[in-house]
Amino acid sequence: MADFVQQLVNGLTLGSIYGLIAIGYTLVFGIIGMVNFAHGDVFMVSCFIALLLFLFVNAVLGAGAIILSLLIVMVISMGLTGLWGWTIERLAYRPLRGSFRLAPLISAIGISIFLPNLIQVTQGARPKPTPPMVGDVIVLFADGHYEATVSYKQLIIMAVTAGLLAVFWYVVQKTPLGRAQRACEQDRRMAALLGINVDRTISLTFVMGAALAAVAGTLYLLYYGVVSFSDGFVPGIKAFTAAVLGGIGSLPGAVVGGLIIGLVETMWSSYFSIEYKDVAAFGILIIVLIFMPTGLLGRPEVEKV
Amino acid sequence: MTTRPILAALALGVGVFGASMAHAEVKLGVGGPLTGSIAAFGAQLRKGAEQAVQDINDKGGILGQKVSLSIGDDAGDPKQGVSVANKFASEGVKMVVGHFNSGISIPASEVYEESGIVQITPASTNPKFTERGMWNTFRTCGRDEQQGDIAGTYIADKFKGKNVAIIHDRTPYGQGLANETKKTLNAKGVKEVLYEGINPSEKDYSALVSKLKSANVDLVYFGGLHPEAGLIIRQMNDQGLKAPLMSGDGIADKEFAQIAGPGAAGTLMTFAPDPRRNPQAKEVVERFKAKGFDPEAYTLYSYAAVEILKQAADEAKSLDPKKMADVMHSGKVFKTVIGDIAYDKKGDITRPDYVVYEWKRTGDGSINYAGNQLTN
Repeated sequence: MADFVQQLVNGLTLGSIYGLIAIGYTLVFGIIGMVNFAHGDVFMVSCFIALLLFLFVNAVLGAGAIILSLLIVMVISMGLTGLWGWTIERLAYRPLRGSFRLAPLISAIGISIFLPNLIQVTQGARPKPTPPMVGDVIVLFADGHYEATVSYKQLIIMAVTAGLLAVFWYVVQKTPLGRAQRACEQDRRMAALLGINVDRTISLTFVMGAALAAVAGTLYLLYYGVVSFSDGFVPGIKAFTAAVLGGIGSLPGAVVGGLIIGLVETMWSSYFSIEYKDVAAFGILIIVLIFMPTGLLGRPEVEKV
Repeated sequence: MTTRPILAALALGVGVFGASMAHAEVKLGVGGPLTGSIAAFGAQLRKGAEQAVQDINDKGGILGQKVSLSIGDDAGDPKQGVSVANKFASEGVKMVVGHFNSGISIPASEVYEESGIVQITPASTNPKFTERGMWNTFRTCGRDEQQGDIAGTYIADKFKGKNVAIIHDRTPYGQGLANETKKTLNAKGVKEVLYEGINPSEKDYSALVSKLKSANVDLVYFGGLHPEAGLIIRQMNDQGLKAPLMSGDGIADKEFAQIAGPGAAGTLMTFAPDPRRNPQAKEVVERFKAKGFDPEAYTLYSYAAVEILKQAADEAKSLDPKKMADVMHSGKVFKTVIGDIAYDKKGDITRPDYVVYEWKRTGDGSINYAGNQLTN
């Protein structure tokens, strides 16, 4: 029982990180119908931004103010990574918008090759560790020798994910920006005719996605404490899977999908073999897509006339 | 590359005729993971070979020919390793020091065999490397069953009746080593409580750590490399699992302690007796340190591999790789920085040596294994 609780905590934490990255995929897909393959690598870049900022801020504030440092790092990193997201959209995707459907996709793959190489050249190929942070744990309950624990780090990750999902859901559903985004999603040309600046709306969507990746990046650094230039690929693929599983285009779907992937991975690891956990996660994806082609929370595609 | 010295000679007005003999170069390749997550090991291989080549050239080269070094980056990836091997073959390299990972040395050696290149790996310990009856495969390190035997015997002795888990990273090196250790342990009557393979490209091992916790392990044996070993220890620490980790030569780099954090203290490791402390290595070690590089772990094994190639060529009085290999197989004793080395018919060193180390906190607060030998 204690083991089950422990694995539940592990799975929810991992799933929260996947979910945060998945929101970036889902936002962009929702609005321009393109899979932004570079998103995992934007996440990796944000990990490095967070690492460099953290080393700097921590040196200024001292080791005592670790939560304050992390907060400052997260906010600045959201801004800087958002700038990356904006730049990438401006340089790599917008010029190709009128082009054939696959052009931006290929451009995205190009960016996802460019970013890890850039980081490898500028930051070196070795994994970059930070000293362990926020090590305290709360014992949930003990079962003989086994103590199921949840660490403050894990609580922070789950709380931040839930909070941000609420904020971004509000932005998309209730604000003028969100209304413009939903309008662009439905019919870009009509939205433009009604006076919505489509290019600006799409840019802001990329900035939002990148800012969420930056939050995930800061949490990733806090949780694992080690980042390397190749870290964008695996979380990127898992988060994309989560977005598809939850129903690509749906914000809560992305987080639900992330949590399911995270939980399936850890539970399978716990009760079966760790070697086959990815087979289990992707197997679930296939089964869901067979019976629910739009994902768990996705809306069925309406044929546009 | 080959045309450049000739062009330079022409430009200087030196007769190419007379100069061609003196300018002849013998090409030596060094291949390893210069980029990627285990670039620390690639740097060891490269620096070791570079220093050895420089020292040999300062003394007149091999059989009067200067040695030129060709460097190949396999990034720790078998596919890139084979393309590095093909690059060496097309450049006319005659001898190779490399690679690091067993999973790369093994396929690369087949390219080298076809192209008539003699290969010495300073680091690949998987038995298969020298078990295929090839003429060109040698190593300056030991084999996994020797290492697994030492590790298994140590565990069976110190952790009798305790819960031991065996984890590996599913690579030829990691899994091979884990299986050799398991074999020795089982033969000595210790049955592991958990045997699992992990994905080396991931960061999240929390599910594994909880599983270890629920199996109530007293020791985790890990076959793999330092980035994963470090992450596992870090996450064990996070979940309050205090059992020590034991691993092999794949974690022998300072970076291991940086990734693992404070939990690295108490980690056990099998590795060769520190070659830096050999009396015959003193002078070479100082030369490395003068350049600001601490010749850790495999650096001197790489250095020794170049020394052996030179001595084999001198003895054979030829730069023909086949003749050099014959000399090496003949049981001749080579004098190297890591001690006297002789080869058996397969190309394994006849002096298998592994000892158990413990990573301990040193005076300056860092955690290191140097000097902390537990066995002899």
